[in-house]
Amino acid sequence: MKQFLRLLLVVLVLAAPRPGRAQGKFMTKAGRVSFFSTSILEDIEARNTAAAAVLDLGSGQLAFAVPVKEFAFKRTLMQEHFNENYMESDKYPRATFTGRFSGADAAVLGVPGSHQVQVEGELTLHGVTRHIATAGMLELKSGQLLVFAFFSVAPADYAIEIPLLVRENIAKTVSIRVSLTCDAVGAPPAGSGSSPVTRSNASN
Amino acid sequence: MTFYHYSLRFAGWLVAFMGLASAAHAQDDLLGQLEKTAEPPKREVVAATFKGTHIINSQSVENPGKGTMVFLIQHRFGTLNSGAYEFFGLDQAVLRLSFEYGLTNRLAVGVGRSSQEKTLDGFLKYRALRQTTGPGSVPVSVTLFASSALTTLKFNDPVDRTMASRVTYAYQALIARKFSPDLSIQLMPTLIHRNYVATPAEQNDVYALGGALRQKLTKRTALTADYYYLFPGNTASTFRNALGLGVDLETGGHIFQLHVTNSLGMTEKFFVPQTTGNFFKGDLYFGFCVARNFTIRPH
Repeated sequence: MKQFLRLLLVVLVLAAPRPGRAQGKFMTKAGRVSFFSTSILEDIEARNTAAAAVLDLGSGQLAFAVPVKEFAFKRTLMQEHFNENYMESDKYPRATFTGRFSGADAAVLGVPGSHQVQVEGELTLHGVTRHIATAGMLELKSGQLLVFAFFSVAPADYAIEIPLLVRENIAKTVSIRVSLTCDAVGAPPAGSGSSPVTRSNASN
Repeated sequence: MTFYHYSLRFAGWLVAFMGLASAAHAQDDLLGQLEKTAEPPKREVVAATFKGTHIINSQSVENPGKGTMVFLIQHRFGTLNSGAYEFFGLDQAVLRLSFEYGLTNRLAVGVGRSSQEKTLDGFLKYRALRQTTGPGSVPVSVTLFASSALTTLKFNDPVDRTMASRVTYAYQALIARKFSPDLSIQLMPTLIHRNYVATPAEQNDVYALGGALRQKLTKRTALTADYYYLFPGNTASTFRNALGLGVDLETGGHIFQLHVTNSLGMTEKFFVPQTTGNFFKGDLYFGFCVARNFTIRPH
């Protein structure tokens, strides 16, 4: 009977509506993703400001979709090679990530400041899907969710061939930086609502 | 253990399983949700119709991007059928060196110097239309090309040679379509105007229609061909249509192009109206072009 009560309690807790907006979904279509390759011969950098992402604070799940052609390079030829030869972006127009994060539940995120989370999931690049795990930061601020992550991938893991002649120009692992400002989904725009987060910020 | 306990445990597993299943489902949903809210497909420019700014003899619709300079070294040896004495053409060579620079993403300027007739040339190349995909797409890229060439050769003929008489102009509309990531085709209506011709039989204005194609073999190699059809006239009855077959090899910042053609010259004023070689009788000039890109002004 004790067990039954415990189960009932768990079910009730799970089913109970949780307070605040901390459990809602947050989304952006203009996330920033940049990558860096550093080698003795050459530094390569590209930026993308059209990454789409959605994070569900309730379930701890997140998904990203990055249009590969939107990466902008300093050198025009590099950008052409990136799309034509390395990423084959006509064939694989998007890079995606689906996974979950842990370490910051609704209660933790209610506290102002940024909180470290562990992120784990499937990254699909150049048609190859691999499991990756990394650390990230989440922060609820003015009703928006700020997301930050820094991790690296090896082009070789994603079947991206690098010809012998430029092998010294391209790093074996490429660092990727993700920086998003997500708005709450289905909630009034930041500032006009009366959520506890907005108010506590305004009182500062 | 009672039935009651078993059923409880079963219920527990069931709850856990349902939780997992919904989690997995939710992930797909999240991505699906992203797709649903994704922007409607927008117009996208079709890039890299050709690898380089030159195909074989012809210019391609491509320009160096803004702030990029291309240095081209073009080389043509003698004809392959000139025999062992000439080392099958390798004893002779003509050279053209040129710089091309992208002032904007659409407008490029170039200068070149050919050893043939000690010719200097300068050109402007403007990408008037770019092939796009998506709603309201444009099916072809159009690049307008205008060049002038100045022969600096010392003439021995007694005729008074003014500066103007040394100049030739070339005008082209380069119309290209990338049919697939591998196949690109270009058409080139061409007008060559020569200020001075030696005999009345030669034409001051020569009209031609060029065609070129690029078929990729792998990601970094491609077969190329280009051809110029001379419209009937005195030039067409004296000279031959220029034909070239080649291979593009791409490595990092270089593009190597190897080819054979029946034309010795590498600028429009030579290969359109002055081609003499018979391609199918072995009057083939082996040649190559190396293009190196430099970023002068990074974005």
